Amino acid sequence: MRPDAEGASGTVTVETAGPHGMVTVRGDLTSSTLGEVVSEITGIAVPGRGEARFEDAYGILWMAPDELLVFCPYGEVAESVTKMEAGLEGLHVLVADVSDARSVFTVSGAGIRDVLAKLTPADVSPEEFGIGMVRRSRLAQIPAAFWLRDGATVTVICFRSVAGYALDLLSTAATPGSEVRYF
Amino acid sequence: MLTLRCPYCGVLADETELEPGGEAHVRRKASDCGDGEFEAYLFLRENPRGVHFERWRHVNGCGKWFHAARDTVTLEVFGTYPAQTEGPPGEIMETIGARRPGWRWREFS
Repeated sequence: MRPDAEGASGTVTVETAGPHGMVTVRGDLTSSTLGEVVSEITGIAVPGRGEARFEDAYGILWMAPDELLVFCPYGEVAESVTKMEAGLEGLHVLVADVSDARSVFTVSGAGIRDVLAKLTPADVSPEEFGIGMVRRSRLAQIPAAFWLRDGATVTVICFRSVAGYALDLLSTAATPGSEVRYF
Repeated sequence: MLTLRCPYCGVLADETELEPGGEAHVRRKASDCGDGEFEAYLFLRENPRGVHFERWRHVNGCGKWFHAARDTVTLEVFGTYPAQTEGPPGEIMETIGARRPGWRWREFS
């Protein structure tokens, strides 16, 4: 199945989410300058440990103690990177446009937790994985990160080089008739 | 199955999300030390039946290296702690002391 094709649907729908502007920002996340610069682009405050914050097309994922992934519209990436680089000049930081290095999928439906649980060792129960949290883990053999947009929609990102594999995985796990109904 | 709490991102990570990094707290020897000492630094490792200290990397996650104290027989995890240290922190030592009185691992006990 081509990475840009629509995946299988059933009780759970798997879709490629199209191009997203994604910028990796690494540095001291406690720095107020870094916080201000990132918030100016997105209109969102720097998230705490393990948090995902989104507002419309903008968002920030907490990826590691020294790493954020900033989301913006695809067309604004170059401008955002330039702005951030200018704002962070002199600080020990990295700003990298990774929009074309990642793929984004939207998985929606009542059984999304079951679909995730088939593919990842992460605890995706509502107690451990709630709305507003991001979990970096793996889907079968590839690294991936996912967060809930709402109770019935999860967004998954992975490296673009393995997007086809990820789409196949998610589509297979979401095949109608294979519902687990555990969660 | 081994699950360890990553001290950096707070996630309870499964063994398959982690990369083993061998024994913890191995101190580098300078090249002007004796051959025996250098051999020990390079090759000689603990292989305990019981309390052990290891390095792990949260590879399918935040990507950070951390340390874990666990029992190789029961797989009981005594705790995990950040890698910016030369020895296990006091609270980990206390936990192990309470669970395994008289334990000994290299110079730590």
